[in-house]
Amino acid sequence: MTFRFDRDTRRRWFDVAMSVAALACVGIAILPLGSILFEASVRGAQAITPSFLTLPAGSGGIANSIQGTLVLIGLTGLVALPVGILTGIYLAEFGRNRIGGAVRFFVDVMTQIPSIVVGIFAYSFILELGIAGIVSRRLVFSTITAVIALSTIMIPFVARTSEEALRLVTTSTREAALALGIPRYKVILRVVLPSCASALVTGGLLGIARVAGETAPLIMTAFASPDFFTGLDQPIDALPLRVFRFAISPSLADNRAAWGASLILVVMMLGISIASRAVIRLRSVKR
Amino acid sequence: MTILAAKIRVEKLSAWYGSKLAIEDINLELEEHAVSGIIGPSGCGKSTLIRCLNRMHETIPKARVEGKVHLDQDDIYELPAVSVRRRIGMVFQKPNPFPTMSIYDNVAAGLRLNGERDRDRLDAAVLASLKQAALWDEVKDSLDKSGASLSGGQQQRLCIARALAVKPEVVLMDEPCSALDPIATAKIEDLIFDLKKDYTVVIVTHNMQQAARVAETTAFMYLGHVIEVGVTRELFERPKETLTESYITGRFG
Amino acid sequence: MLGLLALIAAILFVAAEESVRTFGFGFLGGTVWDPVSQVFGAAPFIYGMLVTSALALVLGVPISIGIAIFLSELAPGWLRTPLTYVVELLAAVPSVVYGLWGIFVLAPVMRVYIEPSVQAILGFLPLFRGNPIGSDVFTAGVILAVMIIPTISSVSREALLAVPDTQREAALSLGATRWETTRLAVLRYARAGIFGAVVLGLGRAVGETMAVTMTIGNRNAIFTSLFDPGQTISSLIANNWLEAGSLELSALIELGLVLMLVSLLINAFARFMVGRVLHVGEGAE
Repeated sequence: MTFRFDRDTRRRWFDVAMSVAALACVGIAILPLGSILFEASVRGAQAITPSFLTLPAGSGGIANSIQGTLVLIGLTGLVALPVGILTGIYLAEFGRNRIGGAVRFFVDVMTQIPSIVVGIFAYSFILELGIAGIVSRRLVFSTITAVIALSTIMIPFVARTSEEALRLVTTSTREAALALGIPRYKVILRVVLPSCASALVTGGLLGIARVAGETAPLIMTAFASPDFFTGLDQPIDALPLRVFRFAISPSLADNRAAWGASLILVVMMLGISIASRAVIRLRSVKR
Repeated sequence: MTILAAKIRVEKLSAWYGSKLAIEDINLELEEHAVSGIIGPSGCGKSTLIRCLNRMHETIPKARVEGKVHLDQDDIYELPAVSVRRRIGMVFQKPNPFPTMSIYDNVAAGLRLNGERDRDRLDAAVLASLKQAALWDEVKDSLDKSGASLSGGQQQRLCIARALAVKPEVVLMDEPCSALDPIATAKIEDLIFDLKKDYTVVIVTHNMQQAARVAETTAFMYLGHVIEVGVTRELFERPKETLTESYITGRFG
Repeated sequence: MLGLLALIAAILFVAAEESVRTFGFGFLGGTVWDPVSQVFGAAPFIYGMLVTSALALVLGVPISIGIAIFLSELAPGWLRTPLTYVVELLAAVPSVVYGLWGIFVLAPVMRVYIEPSVQAILGFLPLFRGNPIGSDVFTAGVILAVMIIPTISSVSREALLAVPDTQREAALSLGATRWETTRLAVLRYARAGIFGAVVLGLGRAVGETMAVTMTIGNRNAIFTSLFDPGQTISSLIANNWLEAGSLELSALIELGLVLMLVSLLINAFARFMVGRVLHVGEGAE
């Protein structure tokens, strides 16, 4: 039997080779993911002890970092969720005109600003306020400044997810309510919002998960601290910041602790993401 | 009926979309160098049948085929699909030229796939195909314009030229004129008439008059079965089956 | 919202004013960054940013497109959703965790295995000379490539899925193999969208801070070899911020302004390109 290596056979082999190559690409991408998850789990688990979770960073633990992250995302959520959702409502309900288009454009632009630039902005903002004498100059490294930075990141993100959530509600639902003579604001409040509430909550939770992992803006606003939370006008610690500090520290013990902190951080972010998905499922079960 | 040999012989062909049976136990002979038409109401399976003839049906996920289709001596289901499709070309319902390629490149696409690089041979092939598709005069000065810049009727003729360029033995046409206006339709029907010198043509159409105009033999399908096959004129004037007669006289479909 | 954007720009400009005053436009070309002599120039970091981003694209784009092709054309139905999800998971890892992994897992591997191997093959190029130390531009480029893969592959995948099936059928009916169909009908049709995806990836690479600053070696000079340490705009800012005096701080802020402008331009361009995906193939119907 002669082996015909003619053009057709060559094309078929090439076809198979390209399919394998494409699959290989997927493998190459998954490799680092697997490695990160593996290393974080193994090395992180080794570092986590009860004292690790209860001592502040000054004593080698991450208790104050966890507290700091919770404080920061709590305050940021308090500020950013209402503003973001309201912006999303505006865009979805009233934003079909030119002004709406412009606002949407700016929201999109702001989601793409590098987070470190946002950090610089928050710092500079407070700095200029300090120079103008309105606030104390010390405030540049404080919880408030950090919250300003994180909110600036979170608001456009939540605005976008909220707009998408609101768009899920069909026009006919809105029209049906309006046709019953209910005023516009009530339609939004009582009909539209509740029907996409779970999607809104999901968007909000995802936004929180995202800012929980931000480090760069915190370097220049929160400053990090070896102790627990002392005040809104004081520097504050946070998990991602702590991971960074421990990682670049010359002390090996600190390096090991960095893995523990990163594991806690990833678990926290994962938890929030899972919670956001559970919200959707809860809602659909209730129906 | 068989003065000429059967170019395509369909034997006990059935095809499914997932679990849904679309055509069942089809047996058909299609003459060489002739135009065969397939007519029937929507959903009768004529498109499915023609797509089985160049193994396009199986590209749909979860599609399945059973039976044999003989092209001359070979069962196309035992040959590599790629070579089958080179010998049996297809023109689709909605013109689908490659919009990122020029008219020239569209026609030459199939040839280049088969490794043809020689510029002179490509030029000659493009010229010949565009002439056979009755498009040459209209585009000869703008061969490098985008394939998508033509009108609907011209695009379809471009697709015909593209299919002809690889010199298939059979040309399948799946309702080629249904998206076109009457003038464009007429131009294509004229060129179909010329094609049968060199090719075997199978045309699916929902337009009975079109079948009457271009096809020598016509098959009538209904609900996945071939009800009747015959010389076109006889099928239309003296149908043997009552179903055929009902369709022809417009009682349904 | 508009106000906020304008506010950001304004604030940054004001804060950077001192640096702008001192150095003028020469700032962009200055090659020295020395807090001791109080001379600051942006050139090494603009250079670092460009090189690391370019490297990230060179490594990341082919892989991203391969993934997009696999997920849209080749993968069986049951595999698509889980695999897509897994690739998206890459985007969910925080930058600082990438950096941590980069310092303690990737950099040693790079220094011991990968960089010497690359040097063995390509060492004749000046780009690959020098002693591989692991914490260098090459490693930073690799991490950046991994980080932008989810972005580029997901936008590309959407561009590929937007290609109408009739195009694939046209190619198949000419006797094209699956890869030839992808090349001829799908990739060409979607190329504007893919290009937009690549530019979006570039935008992400430019703004990336933590993973870069933790793996790039933090040396404030123009490097000649990819195996040298280097510095980008964002990594410099992260590195020097806390110890910067008032003039240096102002210079860092000015750098931040530059970064913001670059990122805005890149993303505007990307938006423009992705928008064009919707307009391919509209002939004279």
